[in-house]
Amino acid sequence: MSKRTALYSWHVAAAARIVDFAGWKMPLHYGSQIDEHHCVRTAAGMFDVSHMTVLDVSGAHARGFLRYLLANDVALLEAPGRALYSCLLNEAGGILDDLIVYSLPEGRFRLVSNAATHAKVVAWITRHGAAFGIDIAKRTDLALIAVQGPLARERVLRVLDTDLRMRTSDLASFQAAWEGESLVARTGYTGEDGFEIMIPRERALDLVQALRAREVKPVGLAARDTLRLEAGLNLYGADMDESVTPLEAGLGWTVAWQPEDRDFIGREALAAQRAQGVRWKRVGLVLQAAGVMRAHQRVLTAEGGEGVVTSGGFSPTLKRSIGLARVPVTASQEQAVAEIRGRRQPISLVKPPFVRHGKPCFGAAAA
Amino acid sequence: MSNVPEELRYAKTHEWVRQEDDGTLVMGISDHAQELLGDLVYVELPEVGRTVQAREELAVVESVKAAADVYGPVTGEVVAINELLVDSPELINRDPYGEGWMVRIKPESTEEIAHLLDAAAYGALAKSEED
Repeated sequence: MSKRTALYSWHVAAAARIVDFAGWKMPLHYGSQIDEHHCVRTAAGMFDVSHMTVLDVSGAHARGFLRYLLANDVALLEAPGRALYSCLLNEAGGILDDLIVYSLPEGRFRLVSNAATHAKVVAWITRHGAAFGIDIAKRTDLALIAVQGPLARERVLRVLDTDLRMRTSDLASFQAAWEGESLVARTGYTGEDGFEIMIPRERALDLVQALRAREVKPVGLAARDTLRLEAGLNLYGADMDESVTPLEAGLGWTVAWQPEDRDFIGREALAAQRAQGVRWKRVGLVLQAAGVMRAHQRVLTAEGGEGVVTSGGFSPTLKRSIGLARVPVTASQEQAVAEIRGRRQPISLVKPPFVRHGKPCFGAAAA
Repeated sequence: MSNVPEELRYAKTHEWVRQEDDGTLVMGISDHAQELLGDLVYVELPEVGRTVQAREELAVVESVKAAADVYGPVTGEVVAINELLVDSPELINRDPYGEGWMVRIKPESTEEIAHLLDAAAYGALAKSEED
């Protein structure tokens, strides 16, 4: 039996195509995923992402535990209401999941991670947390709604209560404000400005209706995927998994090596890999001709190396196919080849993102 | 519930076929198929003059999320293709049985047409996939 978010009936009433996703009944699109994509790039759209895992970590040693658990360092969260992106690694440095950690009042922290990894991540955190005597609370009482796009900020501010609105209007990127059980963070997964809002389930419907009245349109998981791909953001399970380290997945910047005496799970393996030299790197792909690159297709570099497309698809903004790939670190020339349905097609290897704040970064349209 | 016009014949692989007065067949993919695929972004059409066998790969349609093969509904020769689809694959989403037609085929015989599904049978198949 698939789980339903607090907004399931609202999605159905909005004519969503509902699909099973990681054990949840989720909206794939509400008619046209391309229209929804453009809506986020040019105005504002909202996503029900309540299927994601929300865990609160508390206890006297919560901070010390998270400094051991995560490859990024929660010591960088200087005050309550700050957010940090991090990988969760196994001892071999492989990526168990990626998540955002928020610092909350009274020494608490909140982790928001992927739906598909829920059981594995909860078990991992529980196992390693035991020695630190921490408490872990699954916040299934919360709905999570992302509102993204150039007009997202002003439209969200108009529907918030006065107190929360005041504090939300001052938020910088990766900062959060809260009131009671509601939390508003200036984070997202689209390459646009916007907020991710955590709110008690029973208030979720009122929130989306208020946003809808402000011309914020619902956006499904299909457009969420093309938006994050254009933004050059990894998807767990596609662009990274336990067989890959952050150093090979374009996430070296999220590993906090300093201070040197901070022990975190996977540190030793990562340090060894760094010392020996990393063999793979993540690159962006742009297909020159018509057609669509897909995950698992081969990439042949000019240096004679072979890599693999980890995410491929069509960019509604660039109007051509783009992708992310894992290729040998030796790849340095821009020109390469992708094998698409048995045919070799010229591609460019580029540095993501492909689109930033609504503007193309590559191709004629970027000029 | 997708649209399944009465006057057309259908393949189990979701192609539709219309018999024209000149004996040729016009074909495309069904409303149900375009709905399952979502927004189409790329169409690969066959060369005019190519001979196609029934159930042989004839064209490719790619949506944002997936690629799908389009099969020849009958054996015959490709006599025309809808060139508009190259720049506007979304015509298939908008009007799968009209402006979104894909290929015109001159069939070898009329025999194979009889093996295709009628609207009632195809409608039942589409419905079983939608539930």
